Amino acid sequence: MCSRNKGPADGLASPSAQTMLENYFPVFVFILVGLAFGCAPIFLGWLIAPNRPDSEKLSPFECGFEAFEDARMKFDVRFYLIAIIFILFDLEIAFLFPWAVIFKDIVSSEAMRLFGFIEMMIFIGILVLGYVYAWARGALDWE
Amino acid sequence: MMELLQAIEQMGQSLLGVAWVPVWTLVKIVAIVAPLMIGIAYLTLAERKVIGYMQVRIGPNRVGYYGLLQPLADGIKLMFKEIIIPTGSNRFLFVVAPVLALMPALAAWAVVPFADGMVLANVNAGLLYILAMTSLGVYGIIIAGWASNSKYAFLGAMRSAAQIVSYEIAMGFALVCVLMAAQSMNLGDIVHGQQGKAGLFGWYFIPLFPMFLVYLIAGVAETNRAPFDMAEGESEIVAGFHVEYSGMAFALFFLAEYANMILIAALTSIMFLGGWLPPFDVAPFNWLPGLFWMLAKMSFVLFLFLWFRATFPRYRYDQLMRLGWKVFIPLTLIWVVVVGAWMQTRFWLW
Repeated sequence: MCSRNKGPADGLASPSAQTMLENYFPVFVFILVGLAFGCAPIFLGWLIAPNRPDSEKLSPFECGFEAFEDARMKFDVRFYLIAIIFILFDLEIAFLFPWAVIFKDIVSSEAMRLFGFIEMMIFIGILVLGYVYAWARGALDWE
Repeated sequence: MMELLQAIEQMGQSLLGVAWVPVWTLVKIVAIVAPLMIGIAYLTLAERKVIGYMQVRIGPNRVGYYGLLQPLADGIKLMFKEIIIPTGSNRFLFVVAPVLALMPALAAWAVVPFADGMVLANVNAGLLYILAMTSLGVYGIIIAGWASNSKYAFLGAMRSAAQIVSYEIAMGFALVCVLMAAQSMNLGDIVHGQQGKAGLFGWYFIPLFPMFLVYLIAGVAETNRAPFDMAEGESEIVAGFHVEYSGMAFALFFLAEYANMILIAALTSIMFLGGWLPPFDVAPFNWLPGLFWMLAKMSFVLFLFLWFRATFPRYRYDQLMRLGWKVFIPLTLIWVVVVGAWMQTRFWLW
């Protein structure tokens, strides 16, 4: 009856989705080739290079000294706050991408013209507000 | 040329049937990766030569005429070197890390167009894919630094993490500006958006000049190149994340770094320098094929990479964080707004 409305399960079977997936097939193959290309030299090196380990050679490099302690010690990561803010900002950029792609269409349509612009400016404004707050509270400073 | 390709496709289809598509894809991938590997090899030589001449030395000139066989000799030497796996390391992660570093550097090339229509996978979200792949590369570095169980390697990994949280956002905003101008995430369409009668003046580096600079600098940071090579920092933390690596495992990190450099050069050319388009669409310039212009622009950006290394002292990583968060992010945010407002007026000519 209604051929266009078959429900989500048929989404992949529709021709456009299928060609889209076909477009990504070379990408998938390339990723596999990339992995193979990474593994091959290591295998080759393992195969033809000499392997004569001794305890000195296998110890971690510490300028010729014995290693003082395990390297997995407690370590003060100074920038953890920035790392947290980074996640927020990175997500915001993901929201900007679709808007940026259709921005020219927004500009060319009379009705949406200013609305589409101001809407995103409000969004960026809120983002900037958080950014200014983080800066003012010293979250971006090293100490 | 086109007829020949079509004839090959028809013959292959009749010979192999269903298996033809993967086989043909593999052939195309080899046609990308093999020149890329040669490019990497000779980029290392070019680097040593260029920096040599900048420092009034002559660089390698013993192996082959003008040192032309030097990269080959280096490769063979590394192949015969022992791969040392330190006692305290996580063996599995230690071996996997270089593979993880190289894989995205190669796989990202799947969506890069070299000339009009000359692209392996013409996907509509090419830029997102590129962004994902180039960001994945840092995992190889962080895992390598962690798995080595060495203090220098650990410090290198930490610095690499600090680096990626400082420039990735600015890079993302720079890309948002490109998307606004090009209204497509397909890299081929981004180049088509710069096509026009104005030639060179139609390219996005003119309206988006600050973004061009930000992207270039963020690209240098992304590839761990001087002056942002603090993850490696050979003069302070000896070799940073790959201090414990040797032989082919080390070579993989090397390959990944140079493949990433060439990738960033290609992306900069595509997004800001008009990709395969000639600088002027008139007689002597448009005789040359698009591939030539693409490679010429990539070579130019790569030369900048080498020039930076010979010129600038290394940044400290808190300095890079300050640069990313307090200079680039405000600059890019402002420019997103400026471009948005600019496109409302009739002075937007791109």
